[in-house]
Amino acid sequence: MNRPAALWLALGWGGFALLPWYGVEDGFWSLAWLFDYPAGADAAPALLQILLFGRWWLAPMVLPLAAPLLVLRRPRTDPLFSRVLLAAGAVGAVFFLGQGFLIGIGGWEYATLEGLFGPLGDRQFGMGYGALSVAAAFLFLFAQGLAARGAINGDGFVVGSIALVIALVAAFIFFPVVRILASAFQDNDYNFVPYLFVEKLFSHDIWGVGCLTANVNCGIAWNSLLMAILVAASTTVLGLAFALLATRTGFRAKRLLRLLSVLPIITPPFVIGLAIILLFGASGTVTQAIETITGTTPGRYIYGLPGIWLAQTLAFTPIAFLVLIGVVEGVSPSMEEASQTLRAGNWRTFTTVSLPLMRPGLANAFLVGFIESLADFGNPLVLGGNFDVLSTSIFFAIVGAQNDQGRAAVLAIILLAFTLTAFWAQHRWLGHKSYATVTGKGDAGLHVPLPRRVVWLAYGSALPWAGLTAVIYCMIMFGGFVELWGRDHSLTLRHYMDAFSITTGTGGLVWSGAAWNSFWTTIYISLISAPLTAAVGLLTAYLLIRQKFAGQQAFEFGTMLSFAIPGTVIGVGYILAFNVPPIELTGTGIILVICFIFRNMPVGVRAGIAAMTQIDKSLDEASLTLGASSFATVRKVVLPLLRPAVIAALVFSFVRAMTAISAVIFLVSANYDMATSYIIGRVENGDYGLSIAYSSVLIVVMVVVILLIQLVVGERRIGRREDMNVAFGAGGAVG
Amino acid sequence: MNIEGQAAAVRFDGVSKHYGAVVAVDRISFEVQAGDLVTLLGPSGCGKTTTLRLIAGLEMPTSGSVFIGGDDVSRLPASARDVSMVFQSYALFPHMTVFENVSYGLSVSGITKAEIRDRAEDGLKLVGLSGYGERLPSELSGGQQQRVAVARALVLEPTVLLFDEPLSNLDAKLRRQVREEIRELQQSLALTTVYVTHDQEEALAVSDRIIVMRNAEIAQEGAPTELYEAPRDLFVADFIGDANVLDAEMLSRDGGHATIRVGGGMELRLPHRELPVGPVKIAVRPEAVILETSKDESGFTGTVLKSTYVGSHVEYTLDTGLGEIFVADYRFDAPVPAGSRVRIAFRERGVTLLEKQT
Repeated sequence: MNRPAALWLALGWGGFALLPWYGVEDGFWSLAWLFDYPAGADAAPALLQILLFGRWWLAPMVLPLAAPLLVLRRPRTDPLFSRVLLAAGAVGAVFFLGQGFLIGIGGWEYATLEGLFGPLGDRQFGMGYGALSVAAAFLFLFAQGLAARGAINGDGFVVGSIALVIALVAAFIFFPVVRILASAFQDNDYNFVPYLFVEKLFSHDIWGVGCLTANVNCGIAWNSLLMAILVAASTTVLGLAFALLATRTGFRAKRLLRLLSVLPIITPPFVIGLAIILLFGASGTVTQAIETITGTTPGRYIYGLPGIWLAQTLAFTPIAFLVLIGVVEGVSPSMEEASQTLRAGNWRTFTTVSLPLMRPGLANAFLVGFIESLADFGNPLVLGGNFDVLSTSIFFAIVGAQNDQGRAAVLAIILLAFTLTAFWAQHRWLGHKSYATVTGKGDAGLHVPLPRRVVWLAYGSALPWAGLTAVIYCMIMFGGFVELWGRDHSLTLRHYMDAFSITTGTGGLVWSGAAWNSFWTTIYISLISAPLTAAVGLLTAYLLIRQKFAGQQAFEFGTMLSFAIPGTVIGVGYILAFNVPPIELTGTGIILVICFIFRNMPVGVRAGIAAMTQIDKSLDEASLTLGASSFATVRKVVLPLLRPAVIAALVFSFVRAMTAISAVIFLVSANYDMATSYIIGRVENGDYGLSIAYSSVLIVVMVVVILLIQLVVGERRIGRREDMNVAFGAGGAVG
Repeated sequence: MNIEGQAAAVRFDGVSKHYGAVVAVDRISFEVQAGDLVTLLGPSGCGKTTTLRLIAGLEMPTSGSVFIGGDDVSRLPASARDVSMVFQSYALFPHMTVFENVSYGLSVSGITKAEIRDRAEDGLKLVGLSGYGERLPSELSGGQQQRVAVARALVLEPTVLLFDEPLSNLDAKLRRQVREEIRELQQSLALTTVYVTHDQEEALAVSDRIIVMRNAEIAQEGAPTELYEAPRDLFVADFIGDANVLDAEMLSRDGGHATIRVGGGMELRLPHRELPVGPVKIAVRPEAVILETSKDESGFTGTVLKSTYVGSHVEYTLDTGLGEIFVADYRFDAPVPAGSRVRIAFRERGVTLLEKQT
């Protein structure tokens, strides 16, 4: 008997005949549905739904579930075995998707079907664990069929993994995006109204250029583009200054610069905006100083483009620094030495050799800054004023008084077009350079000293900026202890008490602080999503690096794509896609977890790719020829060697889940509120004290987590790297 | 010693492997007898490593079938084939000790702990590394790592053992020693072994049979002496040892032999290899050329262009009516100086008709 096929088939039958087919009230794991099981309409498995409730459209799936039973005992190499499995998987998937998408909340989705089968008298409900199991069974039976035909060296685990990742990416990245496209052509009642799309796409408030001639606002799209270009330019220049400072000068406090590069990872982006308000807002420190000196009231000058530009440049300069430090270090000293022996001076060498060699890296940093700025949601929300950008406009189109899904969709499409163009350009021009690791081969020679002009420029731009960053972070840490910023500077613990007080009530400790609820939810959701994100990301990296299959490039592009999809777009897409059956997830914690997994998956993919390219592929092959299955190979050989990458992926996905805001703000609910969206809510109410206090707690918690992991893992990593070098040094390419 | 060979024959039946438009292996067929050591020899990119990986199951043939011990294994993954491989880089798992490395294959096949222990110890003893079990691979020398890799492959008692350029990471002196050890082990266990190398001397030294590959195809197959003494074409003649290829004429055939005339005067008797009477090409090994400095100018003659003394022998480049000839003279009394006129003769061993004329 073929064991993997039998197991998947068993899962399919279990899902069909035992588990509740539809989603159950109060969640599956509360087990409350057991009271209603198995004959209740909510909790009944598919088999009973057909027999007791007349839901005949579930019945065709019996066929593809039954057919594989006939061939289970046949050998894998029998062509009939693979043919039946392939057919069962494909036909089953068609039936499954058919019953899911052809029947909507109002019965048949299409009038032709109603004409064919008559009115349904029933509706679609959100699918549950039964449906999930059956879908998984069809997917993996198909994969087993492919493997039996010899696909990917006949490896069931690898074919199944590819199928799984494709299915997940299709369901949770492409499906929501397609839903956005579709709803751009619909009005709020799901009617197909194409002229509305044209009207909304070319709307004056998106593309208007009135600001060039008169004193009115320009279109949202122009605003976003202008801001993104400004931010990308400033972060690239500052990032380069920092990178030169850190690697090419005698600057003493280089370690501090490295610390600077960790900050954006642990800072929710809008917190910078918050600190800027404390400095430059109407009652900010700087504003008041100007008032005292000049005697005039500057007002709300910071709100709008200047504020967002300042905040985003502060937030994203460290990212440009991270990109560029590798680029600056990557310029081979021997090139510069060659230039000098050809009698070029320092300045000529820098402008004609070093800088052109950095050009791809500079372009990369620019594009990264461009995408980050477009995708940023928190800072424009906090500091935007009347300066509307795409990401915030999308949000207000959905949650505001407008409640215009079509408009949100159109704006999302425009934003997506911008970021995808940038992503595509990055991919096209720079290829895989951005993932490539340093070769580790020593390049003898010393870097030529920078020309003095460049050194002064680097110091002159980087140091004041570093100072401003330091001030900003002091504000964040200090702001929470002040009674009312700008008015009453007496020290207080009130904000912390409000947020995090614990009182002793009748039942023991009571978490009475206002922030506890969202705090624990955030920790809980982040802890659940981090290992899942790491698993999906590393599995994808494994498939990309270690396996060869048709369509691999498209596969890679698809999995990295979610990096280029702004959070607000994903948020809108998830609301549109998962608010209605067959996949009904809004309001649950699951949708938050799923959102984090697919938003942060590229982080795991990159960590995995970087680590796996360093491990000789013959190790995997040796394990295979020694009789280990590829699953055992992954578990016993690949994963242990990847431990540093696993840790990195875990830390990053945990921290990114804690700091995310853009997609999250669409998906939170009363039961599952997240820290970031809670803080944004308080900011909008003008409650800066508590917001700042909460933000600083988040930052401290993340610092502690990262330090703990460094402490536990740091030692081990060094020891491993040593023996890895010895063993992998011998690794050669196959002839 | 408990480890035994479980030799099985390997057969390729019209096997091709394509990577997109690139053809790595083009419709090759051959058979490896149980218990033989067969070498796949050829320049890099000729498809020899791909052929080895097709046996291992690390690649699947695009068309054709692979048989091991009579069973068609073309669609079986590597883990389901009873084949072990020793990698060029050894591919020892750096996070496991030597013992864990050697017992890895056993532990995933569900044998009892005690038996795993015994067999892994046996394996280490077989390669002379008893007592090294607790070390990490990085704490061993290159030669020792290589032996661990061999032990790891052997303890599974595979029906076929594969070597992918196992000596390429060793220094020259160690190479000869390890090569002999591998051959001894293979013969004492009577293992069916397929061995990939690009070094013709290594191939001649270890093999029962050699398969020379060129451009994804088999150029010639045979025992080492056969390949050296009767190469079929210029490529094989030139790849295994050096060879001078000369135009000649077959005058007549009788029995198994033919009378060949070379360079005007000289006549040779060589096996005719089913070639017709008329113009032919012959391959002459550099050490099969005899130079005579007598004044007699009849027969095949030439002028010494270069004369290089390299200790064990003298190397000459001659200018003859048939082009330049490279000579290696191991039986010299005194080097012939450049510019001398010489009379040229061939030893019978080391001259052969080429079957293919191109």
